[in-house]
Amino acid sequence: MPAPAQRRIIFQHIDEPGYTNDIGCYVRNGGYEVLKQAVTRKPEELIDEVKKSGLRGRGGAGFPCGVKWGLVDRKSGKPIYLIVNADESEPGTFKDRYIMHQDPHQLIEGTMISCFANNVRQAYIYIRGEMPHGARILEKAIAEARAANFVGPNILGTNYSCEIFVHRGAGAYICGEETGLIESLEGKRANPRIKPPYFPAVLGLYQCPTIVNNVETLCHVKYIAQHGGAEYAKIGTPGNTGTRIFCVSGHVQRPGYYEFPAGTITMGQLLNDVCGGPLPGRTFKAVIPGGSSAKIMRFGERYKGKRKVGTEMVDYDWGVEDVPMDFDSLGMIGTMGGSGGVIVMDDTVNMVEALANINAFYSHESCGQCTPCREGSLWMKKISSRMVHGQARPEDAALLKSVADQIPGRTICAFGEACSWPTQSFIAKFGDEFKQYSETKKTAKPADAVALI
Amino acid sequence: MNLKAETLSKIDEVITHYPVKRSATLPLLHLIQEDIGHLPADTSEWVAAKLELEPINVLEVITFYPMFRQKPIGRRHIKVCRTLSCALVGGYKTCATFEAEFKTHLGEVSPDGEVTVDFVECLASCGTAPVVLIDDELHEKVDVAKAKQLSDQIKAEAKKR
Ligand SMILES: Cc1cc2nc3c(=O)[nH]c(=O)nc-3n(C[C@H](O)[C@H](O)[C@H](O)COP(=O)(O)O)c2cc1C
Ligand code: SF4
Ligand code: FES
Repeated sequence: MPAPAQRRIIFQHIDEPGYTNDIGCYVRNGGYEVLKQAVTRKPEELIDEVKKSGLRGRGGAGFPCGVKWGLVDRKSGKPIYLIVNADESEPGTFKDRYIMHQDPHQLIEGTMISCFANNVRQAYIYIRGEMPHGARILEKAIAEARAANFVGPNILGTNYSCEIFVHRGAGAYICGEETGLIESLEGKRANPRIKPPYFPAVLGLYQCPTIVNNVETLCHVKYIAQHGGAEYAKIGTPGNTGTRIFCVSGHVQRPGYYEFPAGTITMGQLLNDVCGGPLPGRTFKAVIPGGSSAKIMRFGERYKGKRKVGTEMVDYDWGVEDVPMDFDSLGMIGTMGGSGGVIVMDDTVNMVEALANINAFYSHESCGQCTPCREGSLWMKKISSRMVHGQARPEDAALLKSVADQIPGRTICAFGEACSWPTQSFIAKFGDEFKQYSETKKTAKPADAVALI
Repeated sequence: MNLKAETLSKIDEVITHYPVKRSATLPLLHLIQEDIGHLPADTSEWVAAKLELEPINVLEVITFYPMFRQKPIGRRHIKVCRTLSCALVGGYKTCATFEAEFKTHLGEVSPDGEVTVDFVECLASCGTAPVVLIDDELHEKVDVAKAKQLSDQIKAEAKKR
């Protein structure tokens, strides 16, 4: 079956010739009409639309947005904050960048609607430090929106007021984790907080109830406010509503970003039809489907089991190419949709070297609070790098696995899982390659081989 | 601390963005680093006094975040992405090219004082890998040829000065 057509609702104007990131262009294209409508409605109605839409967070965990908003403590009398998570640092993910650089007003409109719905008076956009241009573009866009009375005091003649400020990070991946982000925004090291008790919805920024949502999620909210939750839920499949943006990188002919109704496209269609297949003369070997921490899939392996279709349970027997790219299907076969970052590796890649690259990332980025994560990520890096640059032993595979197995479930934040899943899954799927690596190293590499570590 | 008047006024403005002064720690460090090029030894004391904190509260922030540096670097900062998607299409060669072009090693100031080359983690532009951030400017699909071209450009600009 050929791939379905792209449906761009969030990326509608990305790369559109003549489309600029100023407010004039946005308004000419119908911008801020949804906000004008929204502020005439009851906030609870807007929250209901989001609940009905089934929207799941696009930052990585896929948590239902309406449910998250429902958990906010509205009785404490404390102010409620909203933080836009624009830290975009999960390797393989690069969608929020384009929204912020090319269509910043879409994000600001979505943010203001979400703030109004949740009675938020102060929002912050936490953008990663390595996007100085993005920060300036957002600051300019906020100033424009403020001048037009879409942000600031008494928005559109109502007595509702809300400010947005841009806050820049400074190069630490862990600031993407929502409680690490909050600590960072408070001016501290980004050490994630322990939950319970520090659920952001109750004890977030300055110990006040706080909503943290991803950039893309808030753009979906704008679309939902415009078309209604029920209409939105018709896009995609039940449980995986709306569209999904895939960021494809690595060894394909046409890497890039592609937006499809959720659950309608398979991995094979995405990589072969949409991205043009493998590079000339090569074959696909492995793919990471949802950011670098998602468990790896090996081409040639099969996934079998029973799944729910409508009300019935049916058998499935899938190859990698057959797996639908939605949260539930990817979860069912033991990996995850995560942030939508799809990293493709072909037959030129040695898995030990690829893992060593990933391990170097996690070891560099552990915040260091929890011993299993700090020490474990360091040892996984040391062992895998030693295998590549020093001596490799057949028993290293088991050693790596034993380190990885001691991390998850024993840490403050989900980074513990994120750093152990690559090692666990690489060893589970490519264990032979790890055991044979000392032999592999004896044969000389082709001259054009790329170094991964 | 010898800061430009413009930096000082930006500092006073940004503090008003937060109900708690301490939140302005990162913004202040960014502003000082943009002004001076790095964070000199008295930064912690100065920021702490400004935000009514203890110097250690600031120092621990400076040492946590990779973007803050306590030593001067070259005139231009070349940050090459090291992470998987970039590495898969030649990021390590790109980095080696910059090192060779400026006869330098990772993290050091090149002998001509012109650049510091660093490896950094994923820059969220993996679809146009390998990517390189030179000061504030992102460069995409930087293969060896493009790395040489960018190096030549930097050298030419240096000559003009
Ligand atoms: C280690 C780690 C890194 C994360 N990085 C990001 C990130 O860069 N961007 C993001 O939006 N969410 C990131 N998240 C998820 C956030 O913690 C949070 O779930 C998300 O911002 C919620 O927004 P959403 O519900 O709209 O997806 C990360 C989570 C973890 C555990
Ligand atoms: S799991 Fe790792 S990143 Fe998360 S809090 Fe613990 S040490 Fe920090
Ligand atoms: S891996 Fe280099 S930009 Fe993401």
